[in-house]
Amino acid sequence: MVNITINGQSIQAEAGQTVLQAAQAHGIEVPTLCYHKDLNPTGNCRMCIVEVKGGRFLQAACVTPVWEGMEIQTHSEKVTKDRKLTLELMLANHPQDCITCDVSGECELQDLAYEYKASAPEWGSKGTRYPVNSDPNPFIRVDMNRCILCRRCVSACAEIQVRDVWGVAKRGFDEIIVAGAGTTMLEARCESCGQCMAYCPTGALSNKMNYGTARAHQVTKVTTTCSYCGVGCQFDLLVKNKKVIGVQSNPNSPVNGMALCVKGRYGYDYIHHPERLTKPKVRRYLLEGKKKPVISEQWAVDSGQWDWVETEWDKALDIVADKLATTRKNYGADSIGVLTSAKCTNEENYLMNKLARQVIGTNNIDHCARL
Amino acid sequence: MSNSMDDVAKEAKAFFIIGSNTTEQHPVFGAMLRQAVRQRGAKLVVADPRKIDITEFATLHLRHRPGTDIALINGLMYIILEKGWENKSFIDERTENFDQFKATVMNYPPDVVAKTTNVPVEKLYEAAEIIAQNSPMAVIWAMGITQHIVGVRNVMDLANLQMLLGNMGKAGGGVNPLRGQNNVQGACDMGGLPNVYTAYQPVTSEEVREKFARAWGLDSGPRTVDGKTVRGLSSTVGATVTEMVPGILEGKTHALYVLGEDPVMSDPDTKHIRHCFESIDFLVLQEIFPSETAAYADVLLPGVTFAEKTGTFTNTERRVQMVRKAIPTQGDARDDWWITCQIAKRLLAGTSDRVRSDAPYSGWDYVDSSAIMSEINALTPSYGGITHARLEAGERLQWPCPTLEHPGTPVLHTKQFTRGKGKFMPIDHVPPAEKPDDDYPMLMSTGRVLYHWHGGQMTRRAKGLMEVYGEALIEVNPNDAEKMGLIAKSFVRVTSRRGNISAQAWVTDRVPPGMVYANFHFPNASANELTHASLDPVAKIPEYKIVAVKVELA
Repeated sequence: MVNITINGQSIQAEAGQTVLQAAQAHGIEVPTLCYHKDLNPTGNCRMCIVEVKGGRFLQAACVTPVWEGMEIQTHSEKVTKDRKLTLELMLANHPQDCITCDVSGECELQDLAYEYKASAPEWGSKGTRYPVNSDPNPFIRVDMNRCILCRRCVSACAEIQVRDVWGVAKRGFDEIIVAGAGTTMLEARCESCGQCMAYCPTGALSNKMNYGTARAHQVTKVTTTCSYCGVGCQFDLLVKNKKVIGVQSNPNSPVNGMALCVKGRYGYDYIHHPERLTKPKVRRYLLEGKKKPVISEQWAVDSGQWDWVETEWDKALDIVADKLATTRKNYGADSIGVLTSAKCTNEENYLMNKLARQVIGTNNIDHCARL
Repeated sequence: MSNSMDDVAKEAKAFFIIGSNTTEQHPVFGAMLRQAVRQRGAKLVVADPRKIDITEFATLHLRHRPGTDIALINGLMYIILEKGWENKSFIDERTENFDQFKATVMNYPPDVVAKTTNVPVEKLYEAAEIIAQNSPMAVIWAMGITQHIVGVRNVMDLANLQMLLGNMGKAGGGVNPLRGQNNVQGACDMGGLPNVYTAYQPVTSEEVREKFARAWGLDSGPRTVDGKTVRGLSSTVGATVTEMVPGILEGKTHALYVLGEDPVMSDPDTKHIRHCFESIDFLVLQEIFPSETAAYADVLLPGVTFAEKTGTFTNTERRVQMVRKAIPTQGDARDDWWITCQIAKRLLAGTSDRVRSDAPYSGWDYVDSSAIMSEINALTPSYGGITHARLEAGERLQWPCPTLEHPGTPVLHTKQFTRGKGKFMPIDHVPPAEKPDDDYPMLMSTGRVLYHWHGGQMTRRAKGLMEVYGEALIEVNPNDAEKMGLIAKSFVRVTSRRGNISAQAWVTDRVPPGMVYANFHFPNASANELTHASLDPVAKIPEYKIVAVKVELA
C-alpha cells in the first residue's frame, strides 16, 4: 500500500496504480479524453493533468504512478485553467457544428467543453481541413475534422481487434489519423467491427448507417443478445419511433464487453426489411379445398392453385392443424417431422420439443446443429 | 465448450485450433485469441488446409490434407507418448482404457502420418512440443472437425488428446467446440434433437419417459382405451434433419413443420432437397422472410426477429442470456412461441383422449416466455435454477445450474467426467467418402465468410454487408488458376456429381493447390448445390468439407 493525499483526503493506494486509478477507486473524478479503462493509457490529451506537490509540471494522472507521500490536487486553479486552455486548443481546430453533429449529446469533448466553459478561440482555424465523410466504408463515417488525435481508435484496433488498421501520420499541426498507409479502411484490411467507432470520444468516427436519424437523447436502449453466431455478444438496440435504428456497445456485456463484429454491430437492418413476412399466407388450393398441384409442373402456376393468398391467423392455423391431424391419422405420428430453430429462443425450442413429443407423438424433431 | 471463452483466452498457455476459422466465424472470440497471442505470448498451433486469417498469428500452421484429422491427431499423440510428455497422473486417476488406446496410436508413427497428412515430420514434432509443453492448452474447433463422415471420431480423438495431456477440467484447457448459431446450443439443450428430451435425457429411457409422461399428462408408452391403442410418448429415436427430408421421397415423411430453418440453402445436395420438397404432402414454414424454402411451403406463418421477442439464448459456453423485446411485432406477425401454442391447442382439441388435462404441464396456456421457462426449470436438471428473474437481476449463469441457489458452472469436468472416468477411445483414420478422381480431380470445402451468416436470409438483406460482400466468391489457388488460364476476377464453374455453380473466382493462396472453397450464402451459387449427403454414422452430419469437383472457366 502507498499513502497519498488527493485534494487533502488521505488515501491508501495500491502500489503500481496510477494517480487516475487511485482517484477513481476512491470516487474522485478526474476528467479524461484519450484515456479509456479498456485501453493502454497514452497520456497524450492532457485532460487528466493534476498538480503534484513539489513537481515542476502538471502531471497526466493516467500515466503517473503513485508514490509514498504524494500530494495531489485534481482541481486546483492552475489545473482547471490549464485544462480549459487544452480544451480551447482542441476546439480551435474542431468544427463548431455541434448543432448538426450526429454524436452531439454523447460527445465527450462537448461535455468537457461545457463543464469547463471552453469555446473556440477567436484565433482558431476556420473552415474544414479535411474532406467530410472521407472513407467509403459502408458502416463507419469518417470525419477527421472532428478528430482530436486522442488515438483511442488506434489503440482499440491494435489492442481489442488486433488488426492495426489505424495509425498516425505526419507531425505537429498536420498530424492525422490514417488507415493503413493513407488508404481506405477496407484496403487497410479493416474488418468493419466498429471498435474504433465505439471508442471514439467525438464524432470523428460515427455510424454511417444511421447518420442523421437520431440524437442520443431521442433513442431508448434495450440490452439484448446478438442473433448471429454462438459467441453470445450482448449490446444495446437503439430504438426511435418503434424502429431499431442502431446497435451500440454495452460495456457490461459478459462475453464481449465493448467489442462486436461487423454483423452484430451493423447487420441489423434486416429487422425492418420490406420483405418481412407480416401476414399468414396459404396456397390457394388449400382455401378452395382442392388437391395439391404438382408444383414442378407449369400448370400449378398457370392454374393459380399454387398462388399465395393472405389469410387471417385463425384460418391459417386451422389449415395447419387440420393437415397435420389428417397426416397423423393416415400415416401415423412418425410421418410428421418437426424442424425447430437454432435462431429461436430456448423457450420456443422447448415448445417445439413438447409439440413433437406430447402433441404429435413423435421423436422426429431436429434443427440445423448438423448443418 | 467444456470451458468458457474468458478462461480459454486469458489462461491458456497454448491453443490448438483445428477446423475453426475463428476470426471470421466467431469474430469477437477470434479477436480475444489474437490478443492472447500478441499481448501475453500465448502459443498458437493452427491445423487447417486453408491459410485462414488466424494463421497470421500462429506460431505454427499445419496445412494438412483435408480429411486426415485423425491421422494428424494420432500422429501428434504418438510423439507425445514417444517423448513422455503425457500427463501420467491424470491418466491414472481420471481415465480408463489407456492401453487399448495407446496400442492404436502406436500405428501412427511420424513418417507414416507425414505421408497421410502431407505435413512434414519436423513440423509434427514442433507442433507436438508446443501443445504438450505449454500447459494448460485449449483445443478449439468448429464445423471443420465435425462435418465429416468421421465427425464423431474426430471429436473423440481431440478428447483423447486433452485427456492424454491432462488438460480437462482446468481453466485455460478443455475441449472447446464453437457453435455457429446464436442458439444452437439452446436448441440442443431444449430437446430439439430426435434422441433426447431437454438436457439430453434420452427418449429410450423408461424412467425419463415416465417423468415427461407424468408432467405432460400422457403415458410413457402405448395404452388401450376402449379397445383402441392410444399412443403415449414414443420410445423410438426419431429421424434427424438429414433423414427427415430425404424421407419424403421414401414415403416416410408426409408433413413437416419448419420453424426458422432454410433447408434449401443449408442442407446438402440442394437439387435433391428441392426434389424432396416438391413431393411433400404438406409443408408449413414459420419464418421472417420468404426464404428459398418458402417456395415449397403450403403455409407461411410470419414469426418475429430477435428484436421483437423476449426469451433466452444459450451461447457456445453454455451461458444463458436474455433476449429482450425492443420494438413492437411487425405487421400481423406473431411471437413464435404463441404460434406453436395455437397449433398445439388445435391438435390437442382433436385428440382429447390422449393427453390428461390434470397433469402439471399438460396445457399450452402461457402468459409469456418466462412462464415457459418455469416449465423448463421443472423438467430440465441443468436449467433448474436458470430463471428470467435471476437473469434480469444481473446474474451470469452457465449450465449446469440445477437450483435457484446454484451459481452456474463455467468449467465442466473439474473433479470427474459425467460418466465417472474419462474413457480413451482407440480411433483409426478413415478416408473421406468422396475422393478426387479423373472426372472430378479437385477438392471443394465449404463454409461461411465474415460478412454473411448461414443461408444468408438475414445478411443478404443487410445493405452494408452486401456492399462489402455482395456475391459469392470461390477461392482458387494461383497455381490452379494459372493452369486453367484464369485471370483474377473471372468466373469459374465448379461441378460435382450433384450439380454445378458458376461464380467469380478469388485467386488466393488461402486455399492450397487442388482445392477450392465456396460458401452457401447466395442462392445463385450455393456450395450446397455440389455437396453430398454422406453422413457420419452416429451424428448423421453430412461431409460438407470434402467434395470432389472439377473446376473450369465459366
